[in-house]
Amino acid sequence: MTAIVTHGLRKVYPVAAPKRMQSSAAGGFAPPPRSNAALAPPSGARELVALEGLDLEVGAGEFFGLLGPNGAGKTTTIGILTTRVLASAGDATVAGADVIRDPVGVRRRIGVVPQRANPDRGLNVVENLVFHSAYFGIPRAESMQRAHVLLEQLGMSEKAEEKVDALSGGQQQRLMIARALIHEPDVIFLDEPTVGLDPQARRSLWETLRTLHRAGRTIVMTTHYMEEADQLCDRLAIIDRGRLLALDTPAALKAKAPGGTLIEIDLDGPATDAAQRTRTLEHVTNSEAAGDTLRVYSAVGGRIISAVIEAAEGTGRRVRNITLTEPSLETLFIELTGRKLE
Amino acid sequence: MSATPMSTASPISTAGVFFALLHRDIRVASKELHFFLLRTIMQPVLFIIVFGYLMPKMGFVKPGYQTALLPGVLAVSLALSAIQSVALPMVQDFGWTKEIEDRLLAPVATWVVAAEKIVAGVVQGIIAALAVLPLARVIMGPIPNLTFGHVGDILIITILGATAFSALGMWLGTAIAPQQIGLMFSAIIAPMMFFGCAYYPWRGLDAVPVFKYLVLINPLVYVAEGMRGALTPNVPHMPLEVSMVALLVIAGLFWTAGLRSFRKRAIG
Repeated sequence: MTAIVTHGLRKVYPVAAPKRMQSSAAGGFAPPPRSNAALAPPSGARELVALEGLDLEVGAGEFFGLLGPNGAGKTTTIGILTTRVLASAGDATVAGADVIRDPVGVRRRIGVVPQRANPDRGLNVVENLVFHSAYFGIPRAESMQRAHVLLEQLGMSEKAEEKVDALSGGQQQRLMIARALIHEPDVIFLDEPTVGLDPQARRSLWETLRTLHRAGRTIVMTTHYMEEADQLCDRLAIIDRGRLLALDTPAALKAKAPGGTLIEIDLDGPATDAAQRTRTLEHVTNSEAAGDTLRVYSAVGGRIISAVIEAAEGTGRRVRNITLTEPSLETLFIELTGRKLE
Repeated sequence: MSATPMSTASPISTAGVFFALLHRDIRVASKELHFFLLRTIMQPVLFIIVFGYLMPKMGFVKPGYQTALLPGVLAVSLALSAIQSVALPMVQDFGWTKEIEDRLLAPVATWVVAAEKIVAGVVQGIIAALAVLPLARVIMGPIPNLTFGHVGDILIITILGATAFSALGMWLGTAIAPQQIGLMFSAIIAPMMFFGCAYYPWRGLDAVPVFKYLVLINPLVYVAEGMRGALTPNVPHMPLEVSMVALLVIAGLFWTAGLRSFRKRAIG
């Protein structure tokens, strides 16, 4: 059984759109490090393509991740699936309801945890949950009971009567999760749920999400944290500039990662010559330039660093910084998109 | 978690969601009732003290001015609080807190969320006017020619006037950038109040014909004159039917513009 199906989802924002629109997609304007500018609007263009024909299928009970950098189209995708953004083209169904023809039906079946906690500040913690339930037609006695069970499970029982402003960022995020769950939705959407949380709050949120997943919930989460995607998701869609670049289980994606350790060297000028020169070194499987950054894939880990540095400095450049990354979703992502996630 | 997967969605009627939303607004407003009253009553009460009490005592104002002032002050209270109780939360919610997203995800058509907000604004406008009325009576003393006999007219003008201004609040609150909210008060609301025939009767402008016809673009004129027609019918005023029809048209226009503008902000 499928929980979500999309066909050819496309979203175009006019460039003169209100700021909030642009900010959600502004990353598309970043100068592309590789010749990947297909979607960057030609100069003078009056629109910005946030999504370019996205096809997805998410199974019921699946923990599905949308992975991509800022401006990749993740938030736009979630916006369309949660009926808050109108697609320019294509169609999508969520829990059997069409997002365009039956948005009310979709809303009835989904719970949403937003990127930034947006609790109702006029209400206290438990009222946030009880009033939200009322919008879904849940009688007060029942929603009270559900609210207290959820707050208990999320370790917030003693905060039930607190003002929302008295909560920490992590607690507010947990309140958002409780709110997204209290009307028992079929599909839960989380948009970058751990951004801004301290490591402890993040771990605790992961535990909550795992519990939900075990209970059979369909979960769709966007993130730009590789580790998070790797640890939690059954399947991952890697998207960038509005396009789906890869879709598979984290394990299968990692197996597709380009061979070897990635050695990244920041130079004090364009790395083109250095890329050419290092390509011929022994144990180097690939080498490329991304602006001032030289990316060398090594079959023998960091052992060839000195040779790489020597070759790079031989082109007259000076080395500013060096990073090593083991084959991972991260290296796959860089291979696919030409840029880093964080 | 306690929830069972793939639960059957429990259907709730549009009216059910509407009243749940209204209940939420009443709950929030009642928590801040004292702030709300202070915000909306202060200005009219100050006006009553100066023009309805001090100036007549000093002999600067002709007797009978209070009779013209009271309906106008009620109109201002009604209009100002209706506009503010919708515009301010809209600017905040869409501008930075994003709190309204919770309600936008309620299982109901988006326009219902906006309509509920306008209705909540109508209720708050009426509460403000009801709070000002006894204060005005206490401060100004007995007001000649004041009658509460025409209950039907009073109700119609009150509801139409509050709806027009609440809907205007929806329009302004969703169309104006948050940074320009101060401008809304100085450029729109202040002139509206001063040229709204609230502090002087419209028929008094016979003395200045240019003004008499220019102010007709101001919706507040019809609330103030309608209030005069309903509360002090013996004093010269614009025909009550004219005020009612004008308010009906204005309310319809602002309602349409407000709902459209809300939808634009709510759905990307």
